[in-house]
Amino acid sequence: MTTSPTLRQIPDRLQSPLARALKSWEALLLAVAVAIFVANALASPWFLDPWNLSDASFNFTEKALIAFAMAMLIIAGEIDLSVASIIALASTVMGAAMVAGAPVWLLVVLGLGTGLACGAVNGVLVAGFGLPSIVVTIGTMSLFRGIAYIVLGDGAYTGYPSGFGWFGQGYVWWVFSVELVLFAVMAVVFGVLLHRTSFGRMVFAIGNNATAARFSGIRVDRVRFILFLLTGVMSGLAAVCLTSRLGSTRPSIATGFELEVVTMVVLGGINILGGSGSIPGVVIAALVMGLVTFGLGLLNVPGIVMSIIVGALLIGVIALPRLWAMWRR
Amino acid sequence: MNALLKSREAILALAILILLAVIASRFPGFVRPGNLANVLTDTAPLIILALGQMAVIVTKCIDLSVAANLALCGMISAMLNGAGVPLPLILLAVIALGAALGAVNGLLVWKLSIPSIVVTLGTMTIYRGIIFLLTDGKWINAHQMSEGFKAFPRAVFLGLPVMTWIALAIVAAFALIVSRTPLGRALFAVGGNPHAAVYAGISVGGTQAAAFVISGALAGLTGYLWVARYAVAYVDIAGGFELDVVAACVIGGVAIAGGAGSVAGAVMGALFLGIVKNALPVIGISPFWQMAISGSAILIAIAFNARGQGPAGRIILTKAEHRA
Repeated sequence: MTTSPTLRQIPDRLQSPLARALKSWEALLLAVAVAIFVANALASPWFLDPWNLSDASFNFTEKALIAFAMAMLIIAGEIDLSVASIIALASTVMGAAMVAGAPVWLLVVLGLGTGLACGAVNGVLVAGFGLPSIVVTIGTMSLFRGIAYIVLGDGAYTGYPSGFGWFGQGYVWWVFSVELVLFAVMAVVFGVLLHRTSFGRMVFAIGNNATAARFSGIRVDRVRFILFLLTGVMSGLAAVCLTSRLGSTRPSIATGFELEVVTMVVLGGINILGGSGSIPGVVIAALVMGLVTFGLGLLNVPGIVMSIIVGALLIGVIALPRLWAMWRR
Repeated sequence: MNALLKSREAILALAILILLAVIASRFPGFVRPGNLANVLTDTAPLIILALGQMAVIVTKCIDLSVAANLALCGMISAMLNGAGVPLPLILLAVIALGAALGAVNGLLVWKLSIPSIVVTLGTMTIYRGIIFLLTDGKWINAHQMSEGFKAFPRAVFLGLPVMTWIALAIVAAFALIVSRTPLGRALFAVGGNPHAAVYAGISVGGTQAAAFVISGALAGLTGYLWVARYAVAYVDIAGGFELDVVAACVIGGVAIAGGAGSVAGAVMGALFLGIVKNALPVIGISPFWQMAISGSAILIAIAFNARGQGPAGRIILTKAEHRA
């Protein structure tokens, strides 16, 4: 991870905005998304059916909700590996409340609240005590899911009220599911937050140089804490959607989600070392991953093979540009 | 620094003794030498992997693919056994395969400077996926394994099973490597201060790759031991075990920021988790508590280790440098 400073050629004239946009990672990703879309449409006659496409969106909406917050966290130079375990714990809390007879609105509040509380635990340990986020979240990854296992053992909560099903199974209008609308709304919210507010600028500043950010008067630890809260609450939201969609809670729920979320973020062009990236990139990456999984699903590829592809994608996306740069030199 | 490390290990040793005393106060049978030997044998895979992980973490990296590597090598060993390959060849093959899988991680980290967490998060799923591709999800059960294949790790030699002796031999080898060889020095130099290591003529990436190869080779060997001992191989064996391995290191005082850690610490971290795991059913607590307990142990250990791990070198602006 040692990068020695190298001299960079500074061109006489900047590229035009259009040329720059065309050469960007997001444009490349969009081209890939379009190519996969066309390939899928040609491979399967059922692909272009709007209801099929709507069903396919469930592959990525829940993960993408977390990926937006994770993107900001990674840009700030931190990471949260506990997101899938937060889903498990939030889902368990909702299940326990459901058994106790809580109304639907309270289930949602508890789901989001558990996510927020878990995020606060991570945030306090990282921002408050100054511990490295990788180990902290590896620890809370065990802890949060461990609590779900203590509560549930090898059992499960089932029998959620029918009204609760709206979040994961309901439709706002025509083929637009509640989850898809949530995805779109959150994409805009996080896009504005990261790219159009001073908070977003602070996140980039911290990711590029935390010490310089501190000297510029940014409350670095407070921003870090808020980012962990955001990631926690978005994981809680994903837990509401996932639990509602599955209609049951097991302690093994959402196992391996953290890998797919991080892959989505990295695929979206966010620098894993922090400091750069964009929300539109993550949105397109979510679409790409959703299309790939859906396309492979139509071809009857088993889930574990898809996870090989996700793993290879994660490494390949970072490795290929570096190999390309090495080859050009 | 040395005194601090020593005291940290002393504290951990004390914690283990208190843990044993508490258990013994209600269940004296637990601390019988015979039972403690069983706990040691049961913890052997964790000890072996924790040492490999220590080598990796000391160089500022992390290897999350060890459990998947273990599972893949274990499956290959069972398949080779099914094909009639003699045991010594199987052992060589799994160690070589494990080392090769570790080398894949190491080369990606070294040659392409991809952060190790990303590399091993990816290879973790890839290695486990390969098992599925090889077997179609089928299990290899006890009756499909030869007697010699299953008996070797359990064979008793001077009062302890071979598996325990292997773990002890690896502990001894690690103690020698860390304290007496250029590689051991390099591991700590690279983690302690990469820039200084470069000026000292040490290849940072090369040393990190070497650590991954060591971790991988040990995971390969453990794969055989695991499959032979439990007499079953399938896609999900040792699922999530990488977290226990990292936990053992963190509890043992191996600094996740690199450059600090000791063989004794990693071994004791593994023993601590092993004792907890074996004590739970004795005390009558559901094994489902295990995961939350190791999670809490990680958090307590890092919070504890963070004290006294301030940034090295001269600090000019204390407040600003504090977190940077």
